[in-house]
Amino acid sequence: MAPFAIETEKLGRIYKIRGNKKERKIRKELVALADVDLQIQQGELFGLLGPNGAGKTTLIKILTTLLAPTSGRALVSGYDVAEAPQLVRPLINMVSGGESSGYGLLTVRENLWMFSQFYGLPSKEANQRIVELLHQVGLADRIHTKSSDLSTGLRQKMNIVRGFLTDPRVLFLDEPTLGLDVSASRDVRKFIRGWLDADKSRTLLLTTHYMVEAEELCDRVAIINQGRVLACDSPEVLKRRLQRDAIFVIETSPLNGLSAPKLEALHEVRKATVTEKEGGALLNLILVEESALAAVINILTQKDIKVMHLTKREPTLEDVFVDLVGRSMAEMEQSE
Amino acid sequence: MNSPVPRGQINVLAEPVSNKATGWRLFVKTVIARAYPRIIGQQREKSWMFFDIFLPMMAVSAYVFVYRAIGAPEDYVGFVVMGGAMTAFWLNVLWGMSSQLYWEKENGNLALYIIAPNQLMAILLGMALGGMVATALRAVVIILLGTLLFNVQFVVISFFQLLAVFLLAMVALYGMGMMTSSLFLLLSREAWHISSLAQEPIYLASGFYFPIKSFPYWVAATASIIPLTLGLDAMRQLVFPTGATLGFLSVGIEIGILLVLCVVFLTGARVLLAHMEKLAIREGRLTESRR
Repeated sequence: MAPFAIETEKLGRIYKIRGNKKERKIRKELVALADVDLQIQQGELFGLLGPNGAGKTTLIKILTTLLAPTSGRALVSGYDVAEAPQLVRPLINMVSGGESSGYGLLTVRENLWMFSQFYGLPSKEANQRIVELLHQVGLADRIHTKSSDLSTGLRQKMNIVRGFLTDPRVLFLDEPTLGLDVSASRDVRKFIRGWLDADKSRTLLLTTHYMVEAEELCDRVAIINQGRVLACDSPEVLKRRLQRDAIFVIETSPLNGLSAPKLEALHEVRKATVTEKEGGALLNLILVEESALAAVINILTQKDIKVMHLTKREPTLEDVFVDLVGRSMAEMEQSE
Repeated sequence: MNSPVPRGQINVLAEPVSNKATGWRLFVKTVIARAYPRIIGQQREKSWMFFDIFLPMMAVSAYVFVYRAIGAPEDYVGFVVMGGAMTAFWLNVLWGMSSQLYWEKENGNLALYIIAPNQLMAILLGMALGGMVATALRAVVIILLGTLLFNVQFVVISFFQLLAVFLLAMVALYGMGMMTSSLFLLLSREAWHISSLAQEPIYLASGFYFPIKSFPYWVAATASIIPLTLGLDAMRQLVFPTGATLGFLSVGIEIGILLVLCVVFLTGARVLLAHMEKLAIREGRLTESRR
């Protein structure tokens, strides 16, 4: 049986943070990853979903041999990343969102050619691949543009080509659509899926905090928060966790002091998130059952809050996240 | 690089890469690829060339006028011009090699170098080779300008010895740059300050603008750890009539010491780089601070 493309066993990473000058000897510890167990099959597009600081990038750094774990172990294509990084590196590549790699004085093609040589690609074949890939991501007309003259979005497309250029067996994409507009993100997602479908021996690990991206692309998703994997399954199975529940979006007039914790105090409300907006608020409610809506409406009426619009909707990964973590990803990032 | 490549020759999504180089072929490819931006960057950014030549020429001119004002032997003018040319290499090692890995870390290149199957030593060699080629052009221009402006007379005693000294000094100097690069792997923003701190003392210790024989013996001997010190001293002995009388050690001994320095610095770079890479991976210092 072929080894897993990626496998982690009780993987952990603790950062030791030095204090300021007065507290130099005091070393605080930050748990970035704790007991992470993952098994990713060849051919899978696996998503890591979590807010900033959840441990996604730390996990990618370990798997790409950039960072040593402090406990447990991680294997890529059966090779231990800490013990045999030289066997892992020819098989992988990585693209991070918002990276500014390469050299601004070089053109797009020169930058890509340079990186291809670090993987030993024959020069002629590298050039052919560069042209083809640039066409596929819609960057062919900028092939001779200096990379310093590219916009953030175009630069990110160049980075994405860099990752795919070397034909890795396992590709790590860390927030690949960061900084891309909606249309470009869609193109990139389509390209990613196409690349994976063309060869079933390829594997892709994607981190994102865009729920839609994870839902649209990933075969399986691990929801990660504070260094721990809270759930891991296909988006459909994860959403099925909430199928018994009723999910409502209610647009209201100003809340007059009513808050998410007060709503959650009702035993019929499993989770509530409140988004204030001009002239009112948007309530996202996960209720234990549909009939529980009456209790919520009752509270709103008592507080003299008008219901402007009410919709029932199917569960999303965002709802799964809220259910697992207690807060939405946007709320978590706002409170940082 | 710029030849047009027609489309449709390869199904890039489905076809695997045919024959990836490994071993020494990968090493050579990496060296060439990393040297490329250095050499090409020199041609693209003409203003760099201007400032890299113009500023050292100003310092050279100042020393020339001082020496002429005090009636120093005319060979001192040649010493200064040669020192000015070699300054370019020192600046390149300091800013383009030692502290470069800090910048590479900040813009994300270092992480990409590490996760690639090449050796980091090949990346550093590429940086050194590219820097050496690009800087050699500047050094030649400084020598030509200095010769024309100040009427410097060169009398080459032994061309082969001169070439050997220059090459050995370069290998040892860039070897030292590679060694210090690995130390800088662990540094963050302080790398910039350390480079600034090292710049001027080396101007003094290496005798860029005067023969190091002027130093007390032990000061000159200590300064000889910097490859440019002995390289410059030996080259001056080989191209100026009074060079031999003002030389610190004989050319033969200086060549011998430079050979030792080459071995020490290149071996040191290899050992230190491997150690520092492991340490940086353990401590999580290989990626940019913002991530």
